Amino acid sequence: MSEPLLQTRNLSMHFGGVKAVDNVDFTLAQGELRCLIGPNGAGKSTFFKMLTGQLAPTHGEVLFRGNDISHAHAHEIARMGIGIKTQVPSVFDGLSVRDNIWLAASRLNSRERARRLVDEMLERVGLTHAADRVVGQLAHGQRQWVELGLVLSTEPELILLDEPAAGMTHEEVNKTAALVREINRTKALIVVEHDMQFIRMIAKQVTVFNRGCILVEDAVENIMRNPLVRDIYLGKQAVAA
Amino acid sequence: MSARHLNLLGLALVGIIGLAVMWLTPRLAELDTVLDLTVYMIMAILALSLALIWGYGGILCFGQSAFFGLGAYTYAIAMFNMGESTVPLLLAIVLPAAFAALLGYFMFYGRISDVYLGVITLTMTLILFNSVNSTAGPEFHIGTARLGGFNGIPGIPPLNWPLNKNAPVDLEGMFYLSSGALLLTYFGLRVLLASRFGRIIVGIRENERRAELLGYDPRTYKLATFTIGGALAGFAGCLFANWGNFVSPTIFGLAQSAQIIIWVIVGGRGTLIGPVLGCIGIQWLSAALGANQPSGGSDLWSKIFANAPLILGIILIAFVLLVPRGLVPTLGDLGQMLLNGRRERKRRDLAPQQAE
Repeated sequence: MSEPLLQTRNLSMHFGGVKAVDNVDFTLAQGELRCLIGPNGAGKSTFFKMLTGQLAPTHGEVLFRGNDISHAHAHEIARMGIGIKTQVPSVFDGLSVRDNIWLAASRLNSRERARRLVDEMLERVGLTHAADRVVGQLAHGQRQWVELGLVLSTEPELILLDEPAAGMTHEEVNKTAALVREINRTKALIVVEHDMQFIRMIAKQVTVFNRGCILVEDAVENIMRNPLVRDIYLGKQAVAA
Repeated sequence: MSARHLNLLGLALVGIIGLAVMWLTPRLAELDTVLDLTVYMIMAILALSLALIWGYGGILCFGQSAFFGLGAYTYAIAMFNMGESTVPLLLAIVLPAAFAALLGYFMFYGRISDVYLGVITLTMTLILFNSVNSTAGPEFHIGTARLGGFNGIPGIPPLNWPLNKNAPVDLEGMFYLSSGALLLTYFGLRVLLASRFGRIIVGIRENERRAELLGYDPRTYKLATFTIGGALAGFAGCLFANWGNFVSPTIFGLAQSAQIIIWVIVGGRGTLIGPVLGCIGIQWLSAALGANQPSGGSDLWSKIFANAPLILGIILIAFVLLVPRGLVPTLGDLGQMLLNGRRERKRRDLAPQQAE
């Protein structure tokens, strides 16, 4: 069996007495697409912050390709190849869409190549027509696409998406799902999402977080049928669906 | 007209006006006007140093005067010891830059937040003020240069042409040098800001966390920006010491450091031409108000108008409340609105024809 891409051991984040994430052992294989679900406050976003160096864990470790990155700086982790789309779109609000993507593309590429990549990425996330608009003036859904474009432009090996479909129309959600599947042909992803339709469209393996711990990990069909998961999280939504 | 064309037009305009002022002033104006304009130009370079680090780098430095003063004192001290200005001029740039780099290293790598950064830089310039202020005795000297404490250092020898100490720069030469240096600084910064480095520091100003998550180390970029700002301020300080042949501790004082911030606020952050215009305008105004003083009308209004700090304070408050983005960005927005309005009308005029 090949080495996992990402592994956490006893990963914990305590804020005072609150155990936001508690002893999480998580493994992601090369090229895998994993969905992460769980009620609000289950620790998903905190987990993501520890994977990207935005928070240093209270204890435990994060191994990316076998290297411990639990205390590395955010920019070092980004350079190793982990990209993240955060829950609230984190973009350069005062700059144009084109400049946003350019900033991401130009870290690894020459001037000429970066310019070409920006045009390709604008096309790919469907923002060519809005390229010269200031990002702060765009709708929430569009800013999500800008951020997705930023993340993809740094060509990471592992992409973390925190609620990528939030604030999108039904059509946009379909588009996002298609894009996620396309990305997964070459890269590994972890996706946090509440939208169960969206999960069904993309998921194979699902991890359920509850109160800072992993509740259960299984194939998506089994998760949907699992009464425990329904109780804590899915509730009526899944019954109706 | 596209944004790119407007940009080039603006650059050309600045260049032409700058060169015209530079060429015409000594030919048309009296010597005292030339002297006044010289110091405006020097201060405008200082304003540009803060325009870079605050307006583009997002680093609010309350103590830009520290680097300005260090540049002036370094030049003075080195000049008394060496007698030839090439090395003192270089030292007046390198030393403040090194000091900025050291201070910046601790602030940025220590992840000091913005508010504390303002406090630390302000404290730094006040510490320098107090230290230098208390070096009046003859025991305080560096080589042959006496520091002079609150009396300052008078009679600083002027710059000479490189490596030739028998060819000092005269008053008119000083004007050419200062205005030329201002133009070079302006265009140099434009080039810097259009480069990859410049675009990244603006990105970090917009969203430091995102820049980090893309793999940029904000600490390095901020440190570099801060150091360039220190070097520029030091250079301006060197020119200032030349202009009056004199430097005193007030150069480090609260009034001086506050003034630099006011120039940038009034002119507008995120532009270069704004702080230059803000700086020149406010200095001109202070001079004009100050000139009123001795004539001494005794009625209330002439007393109020003779009180320059009061008037300047009112202007600052008015700007912060009414034009918070500063003069140039606000005028730019107005221009954009008018332009859009005209386009809108044009489109409406065209619409029926297209329908046919």
